Amino acid sequence: MKAKTRRTLRAFAIELGIYALLVTGYFFLVLHLLGGWLYGLEVHHRYTYAGVAILLIIGQAVVLESVTTFLLRLIGGRSE
Amino acid sequence: MFFPISGAHISPIYLVIVGFLVGILGGFFGVGGSFIAGPALRLVGLDWNFAVGTDLAHIVGKSVVAAKRHRALGNVDLRLGLIMAIGTIVGAEAGAQLIQMLKRAGNVNLIVSIVAIVVYLSISAFMLWESQKTLRSQKRRSSKEKVKTGIAKRDKSAFGPTTRAIQRLKIWPMISLPTSGVKAISLWMILLVAFVGGVFGGFLGGGAGYIRMPSMVYVLGIPTHLAVGTDLFEIIISASYGTFTHAIKGNVDILIALVMHTGAAIGAQIGAISTQYFAGPKIRLAFVPLPLIGAAIVIYTLFTGHKL
Repeated sequence: MKAKTRRTLRAFAIELGIYALLVTGYFFLVLHLLGGWLYGLEVHHRYTYAGVAILLIIGQAVVLESVTTFLLRLIGGRSE
Repeated sequence: MFFPISGAHISPIYLVIVGFLVGILGGFFGVGGSFIAGPALRLVGLDWNFAVGTDLAHIVGKSVVAAKRHRALGNVDLRLGLIMAIGTIVGAEAGAQLIQMLKRAGNVNLIVSIVAIVVYLSISAFMLWESQKTLRSQKRRSSKEKVKTGIAKRDKSAFGPTTRAIQRLKIWPMISLPTSGVKAISLWMILLVAFVGGVFGGFLGGGAGYIRMPSMVYVLGIPTHLAVGTDLFEIIISASYGTFTHAIKGNVDILIALVMHTGAAIGAQIGAISTQYFAGPKIRLAFVPLPLIGAAIVIYTLFTGHKL
């Protein structure tokens, strides 16, 4: 049980590390680059913006989940 | 950090932390968590319309992560989720129309507030009574039985006889839900539960997960773990629809939602994985404070006039 808890905690720590990197990447690259374009879409092409918004949030969710799951499997830390 | 779409200056760390907390709740209870995220966005000066629309967008992302995790754990009934999504969307439109009618009558705030308080308090009181009664009877039946992964999903409820009576109602067409262990149930009953949840969502705001998740357990007889996972799957569809309609009205700042979601994605995974370690009645007991928080926010708004 203790080993399992340790594995789970290690998995969460790794997840946090990965997410911290991704978040930093988002703040300094993606959001900065996308900000102006999305603002333009929101003002001039609302329907396109609505579609892009949903695709972006679903895309981010799938990528974040897949990347961490893959990495954790690779490390062998996932306890499920 | 400046967000050009809404014109707001908000700390990204604050957004990530709010997303993380709401993510845990969503992953564990199958709720959108708009009763926390909405006020939290308002607190940092985001306009109400942006708070509602942006929160919905972030709920989509969080629900994708949590539903994927729940699906890996075998907690998602796709057939049930798809049927419920139809009822929820129709119900949400009906709820929005109801709001418009009340607005024309000029007493929307008071009526919505009173309905919300009564509904939230009733859900909390009922779930407290039911989960405690179920836990007591389980303890009496087998004090030696330990909660393991498999056993935790075998769900029992003190409301079981009523649920079985509802399942016996033969209103054509009858469908089976093998993933949820329901041999036959009227399609209309599922649509009705989803519709009522949708109406409350449209009427009270948010995804109304704290109405739909208990309804799935008590009315449809879905095991708690599956109700949580399936509700999250259903939220992906209905919240996407809500995000789209809000976005074309200019109520969504997707940049804020993306930042919030980076925190929510971890929280949702932690919440979803944690459900493995709790039996259904314990999840339902832990659920009790959620509607109470919703009721407290409505009471605060009613008495102070400040919308959180």
